[in-house]
Amino acid sequence: MFWQEEIETIDSKNLEKLQLERLQKTVRCVYENVPFYRDKFKDKSLKPDDIKTLQDIRKLPFTTRDDLRLNYPYGLLAVPKNGGVVRLHTSSGTTGKPKAIFFSKNDVNQSAELIARCLVMTGVKSDDILQNMMTYGLFTGALVMHYGAEKVGILVIPAGPGNTERQIALMQDFSSTCLHLTPSYALYLSEVMESKGIMPKRDLSLRRAYLGAEPYSEETRKKLEQMLGIDIYNSYGLSEMNGPGVAFECINKDGMHIWEDNFIVEILDQETGEPVTEGQQGELVLTTLCREGMPFLRYRTKDIAKIIPGKCRCGRTHKRISRILGRVDDMFIVRGVNIFPQQIERVLMSIKGVAQNYQIHLEAYDKMLVKVEIEQDFFDGNIEHLLILKSKITEKLKSEILITPKVELLEPSTLPMSEGKTQRVIDRRTL
Amino acid sequence: MSGIREISVFAENKPGKIEKITGVLANEGINILAISIASTNGFGIIKFIVDKMELAYQKLKEKGFTVSLNEVLAIEMKDMPGQIHEIARVLLRNEINMENAYVFIEESRKQAYFIVQVKDIERAKRLLEKENLKLYDEVKEEK
Repeated sequence: MFWQEEIETIDSKNLEKLQLERLQKTVRCVYENVPFYRDKFKDKSLKPDDIKTLQDIRKLPFTTRDDLRLNYPYGLLAVPKNGGVVRLHTSSGTTGKPKAIFFSKNDVNQSAELIARCLVMTGVKSDDILQNMMTYGLFTGALVMHYGAEKVGILVIPAGPGNTERQIALMQDFSSTCLHLTPSYALYLSEVMESKGIMPKRDLSLRRAYLGAEPYSEETRKKLEQMLGIDIYNSYGLSEMNGPGVAFECINKDGMHIWEDNFIVEILDQETGEPVTEGQQGELVLTTLCREGMPFLRYRTKDIAKIIPGKCRCGRTHKRISRILGRVDDMFIVRGVNIFPQQIERVLMSIKGVAQNYQIHLEAYDKMLVKVEIEQDFFDGNIEHLLILKSKITEKLKSEILITPKVELLEPSTLPMSEGKTQRVIDRRTL
Repeated sequence: MSGIREISVFAENKPGKIEKITGVLANEGINILAISIASTNGFGIIKFIVDKMELAYQKLKEKGFTVSLNEVLAIEMKDMPGQIHEIARVLLRNEINMENAYVFIEESRKQAYFIVQVKDIERAKRLLEKENLKLYDEVKEEK
């Protein structure tokens, strides 16, 4: 089943022709409308007309997370902010300022089209009901999926995350057939169901779930599929590329088709910036081909993946990427939220009484523990002062990273001080 | 009138912590007169009154413990029923809030001390001067 069969099964010759046309259009658009890109072109003595083939993409400048930060909030817009864009999403960054992503009317529509392709690709029909358990709000995850499912024409339950008992009640009352959620929440949900004696196969109407926004393993997929008695499909997206729907698994569950009529995919050696041989892993670098509000050239996602060679049995010709194998930087994700150790560090170092050393422990599915050494001189024998310090750290971290970590106070110099790179994040999650 | 000092040691809730701290004191021949342990979810504070305060403080610090030396009130009382209640009434009347408290009893069992940590020790001393309570000076300071 296809949503847009012609484009989903386009042959390589026509795909390349379409990509080149769109790339040239995008390049002209940013050159004319975005001073940031015009300056970069000037630095390289590059003109839009120099892009004559798809291979010429390698002449184009990269766009990085820092570029988004430096041009926050409106600097990378290619259309007027009044009248040109209709929606804002953000994604957290390393230094406090989030990344702002704007959608034009067509961008909203186009991202919904891609989701529609993804859903239909996994077998969604008009009798399906999607319970959307991602966070509605600034995060792209929920809204983009929501619009895409509406485009397919199925009922969407905008449940948002949390309140697991109500989630289960919704599934029972409205016979939800599809779920969209993070892997950590899926694990939690299946545990709650088990403890309440709910057997999904017997008591619910679930058919499939879409998992995204956090890395997880193939073993976890198998386990969840068994526990919930459903098919689970991987979803890849990032706010900078409009959120979910960038790449998605078809029923064969063997890699995620990345919509090449909308994105040019490069897998580059993270050190040299040169392409790796096909099938090797490297940093995923994406260029938008259809975006109006904020077109990006060669955006460095920092996600590590590889291309899965060969044709897919489903008939779609769009390349498949592997699940995300890692990150170039030390960002980690908890409950769908991107967190950088530097954010934690900045907060800790701004609080009096906190010593230099700290550690972040990630446990169970989504538990975060921050171990903090106190300063020798801060200790005055008063337990209340320590409790106040502890809650101050918790509060300040919460307002920075939006989730509430557990904080543990330690004596000075109890954490290992290693030579060179100190291990700040200890990830023991079983995702 | 003056208070006395207590030693506080910060301790994560980990097995063996008190064993280590008391080991340091035992090695130095320091006698513990009173001990109080307060623990919360995750960490605790161990408080001592010992016969050689300065020495204990120095030695614990040398061994890398997080230590603090603080002045507290030592209110004299008889080792008999109703004494703490009597003191508590006086403190209440004077609106002195106890942050932490414990008792140490003299060897003779004639005299005991109610050790009280308060926010404003000078104010507490001033107020208690007017009451019929005796505050004790440094306990047999070392030599």
